[in-house]
Amino acid sequence: MRPVTDVAVAVDAKQTYVAEFASSEKELGGPKWVRTLRQNAIARFESLGFPTQKHEEWKYTNLAPLLRAPFKPAILARPDGVVAEKLQPFTFGVLKTNQVVFVNGRYAPRLSYLRSLPEGVRIGSMAEMLRSEPRALEKHVARYASFEADSFVALNTAFFQDGAFVEIPKNTVVDEPIHLLFLSASRDLPIVAHPRNLILLGANSHATVIETYAGWAPDVTFTNAATEVVVGPAAVLEHYKVQRESERAFHFGTMTVDQERDSSVTAHSMSFGSSLSRNSVSTIFRGQGGSLTLNGIFMPRETQQHDNYTRIDHVAPSCTSVELYRGILDGRSRGVFNGNIYVRKDAQKTVARQTNKNLLLSKEAFVDSTPGLEILADDVKCNHASTIGQLDDNAVFYLRSRGIDEEAARNILTYAFVADVVNQVRVAPIRIKLDQLILSRLPKGAGLGETL
Amino acid sequence: MLEIKGLHVKVAGKEILKGIDLSIQPGEVHAIMGPNGSGKTTLAQVLAGRVTYEVTGGTARFEGKDLLAMKPEDRAREGVFMAFQYPVEIPGVSNAYFLKAALNAIRKYRGQDEIDAMDFVTLVQDKAKLLGLDETFMKRGLNEGFSGGEKKKNEVFQMAVLEPKFCVLDETDSGLDIDALRLVANGINAMRSPKRAMLVVTHYQRLLDYVVPDVVHVLVDGKIVKSGDADLARNLEKHGYGWILEEAPRPAPARP
Repeated sequence: MRPVTDVAVAVDAKQTYVAEFASSEKELGGPKWVRTLRQNAIARFESLGFPTQKHEEWKYTNLAPLLRAPFKPAILARPDGVVAEKLQPFTFGVLKTNQVVFVNGRYAPRLSYLRSLPEGVRIGSMAEMLRSEPRALEKHVARYASFEADSFVALNTAFFQDGAFVEIPKNTVVDEPIHLLFLSASRDLPIVAHPRNLILLGANSHATVIETYAGWAPDVTFTNAATEVVVGPAAVLEHYKVQRESERAFHFGTMTVDQERDSSVTAHSMSFGSSLSRNSVSTIFRGQGGSLTLNGIFMPRETQQHDNYTRIDHVAPSCTSVELYRGILDGRSRGVFNGNIYVRKDAQKTVARQTNKNLLLSKEAFVDSTPGLEILADDVKCNHASTIGQLDDNAVFYLRSRGIDEEAARNILTYAFVADVVNQVRVAPIRIKLDQLILSRLPKGAGLGETL
Repeated sequence: MLEIKGLHVKVAGKEILKGIDLSIQPGEVHAIMGPNGSGKTTLAQVLAGRVTYEVTGGTARFEGKDLLAMKPEDRAREGVFMAFQYPVEIPGVSNAYFLKAALNAIRKYRGQDEIDAMDFVTLVQDKAKLLGLDETFMKRGLNEGFSGGEKKKNEVFQMAVLEPKFCVLDETDSGLDIDALRLVANGINAMRSPKRAMLVVTHYQRLLDYVVPDVVHVLVDGKIVKSGDADLARNLEKHGYGWILEEAPRPAPARP
C-alpha cells in the first residue's frame, strides 16, 4: 500500500500543470495544428494524471520528489550566462561534431555551429522550423511518440516550444556526428523545460547523433524531453544519449524510434546525473530485416535514482534486436530496469536477446530488474536474462595477489563490468569520454587512466 | 628467504593446518605433496594472503618481514607470487592491461618509474614466446574463455613477467596435457635462479619429473610428516601415500 499522500501530491501537481497550460497557452503558440495538438495533449494529461506506483510501469519509482517541487516554465529563468567555454566538459575531445545547443529548452544559436554538410541535410531548431515550414513537421510531430498512455509525453507535447530538428535526405551520409546539447541552467529558480526533437533519416542514409543532457550543481531543474526518430529503409543510425544533469535535477526522457525495413539502429543510453531520472526508449520494427542494438549503462550513486524503461516492438518479421543494459549502483542509490519485448503474430524469424546485469557496490544500493518477453509468433529465437550481484571476492583477491591495491582492483572490476557495452561504442572519442565519465564516478577511478 | 614456524590455520572454523614448519633458502625449489584435503592449497593461499583463511598460530617471515601481517598486494610487491590452482576469469579486463597494472604497481612500490610502453611490449613478447602463447592472447579478457591449460600457462607467464623472488605454484600441473606440461615446466625452470625460491604444491609426481625439487615435503592432515629429496616424490608416485599415512600418526612403527 502506497501512502495516500502520494496520490494527493500527484493530483495537486497535475492541477498545477493544467493551470499553467491555461495561462500560457497563447505564449506557447505555433500553427493551428500544433495548438490543437497541445490541447489534445493537455486534455489527455489531465485524464491520465501523473503515474503513481500503482502503475505497473512505475512500480519502483516514487515521483513525489518531482511533483512536490514548484517548477516554473523555463522562460521565466533569468539570462543563463552560459558561454562557450562552459560547454567544453560536455564535448568529446578531438571529435569534430555539428553542435546544436539548447539552453533551458531553447535553441542557442551563438553556441551552435554546423560543419560543412552534404546537400539537403537540415539540422537546427524545431521552433524555427515551426515558423518557416510547419507543413513539413505536421506529418511527423507526435506521430511516433504517443501521448495516449504516457503522461510525460503528453506534458511535453502540450508545452514544447523548441528542440532539435534533424533531417538527412535519402542516400546521404553525414560523417561528422551531430551533437545535440541540452543544458539546464538556473541557479535561483527551479525550472522545467520540455525539449522536443525530431530526427528523420531518409532511405539508405547514415548519421550519428549524440544527445547530451547536462547541467551544473546545485541547480534544481526538470527536463522532460521527447525525441522522435524515424529511420528510413536501409538507413543506419548510431545514437548516443548521455545524461549528465546536475545531481539535484530531474530528468525524464522518452525516445521513440520507428524503424523501416532493413534499417539498422545502434542506441546507447548512459545515465550519470540527476537526482531522479527516467530514461525511456521505445522502438518498433515497421518493416522486415531491421536490426537494433539497444544498450544502456546507468550509474547512480549516493541517493540518486535511475529508472530505465525499454520497449522493443517486433511487428515485422526477420528483425533482430539485441539489448544490453548494465547498472552499477553505489551508496543508497536506486535503479530500475524494466525491459519489454513484444514479438507480434506476424513477426516470424525474429531474433531478440535482452540482458540486464547489475552490480551493487554497496549494501544499501538497490535495483529492481524486470525483464520481459511476450511472444506471439512461433518461429523465433528469443531470450532474456537478468542478474544482480556484487564484486567477486575471488577476482578482487586475484588482482591484489598481483600487486594491485584493493581500491584499484575494485575499480578495475567495476569498469570491466560495463566494458562490453563501452567497447561497442564505435566512435573512439565518444568511447574515451564514456570511459572517463565511468571512471570519474569510482573512488579515485580517474587514476586508472587509459582504457582498460 | 621464507621461514614458517608452527603455522596453524582454520578455514570456516575447521583447523586445516596444524603446525607447519618450513624453511626455504634462496635458490631452492621445495615441493609439497600430499593427498587431497591434506592442506596443500590452504598453505599456498595463506602465503598469498587470502583473508578467508584464519591464522590461529605461528609465524611466516619473508626476508625477515612478517608476511602474515601484510596485505596481499604488499606481499606481491615484496616479491611473493602465487600461481593459482583455479585462476579467475575476468572479462572486460585485457591480459595486457592487467599485467601492466600489476607490473607498474610493483615497480611503484619499489620506487621505480612506470614501464615504458615499448619496453613492456618487448618484455611481454619474449615471455609469451617462452610459453607458446600467441599474440592475440594479450588483447583477450583476462583468462576469459581460456582452456585449463591456457590458464595455467598464463599464471606462469605472469610469473615470468613480474619476476617475483618467491613463487608458490599451486597445482600448476593439474589438467595439463603432456605438451602443455612441458611448456609450463620449461617456463618454471627458466625462472630458477640462485636468488629465487619456489614452493611447488602438487598432488602428483608428474611435474616434478621436469621441475626437479631440492626438497620434497609430504603434507598429511595439516602437518608435514616427512621430508626428503627428489627420490621421496618418486617413491610416492610408485607406492602412493598409503605407507606414509600408516607411518604418520604414530612415531615410526617398523614397516613390513
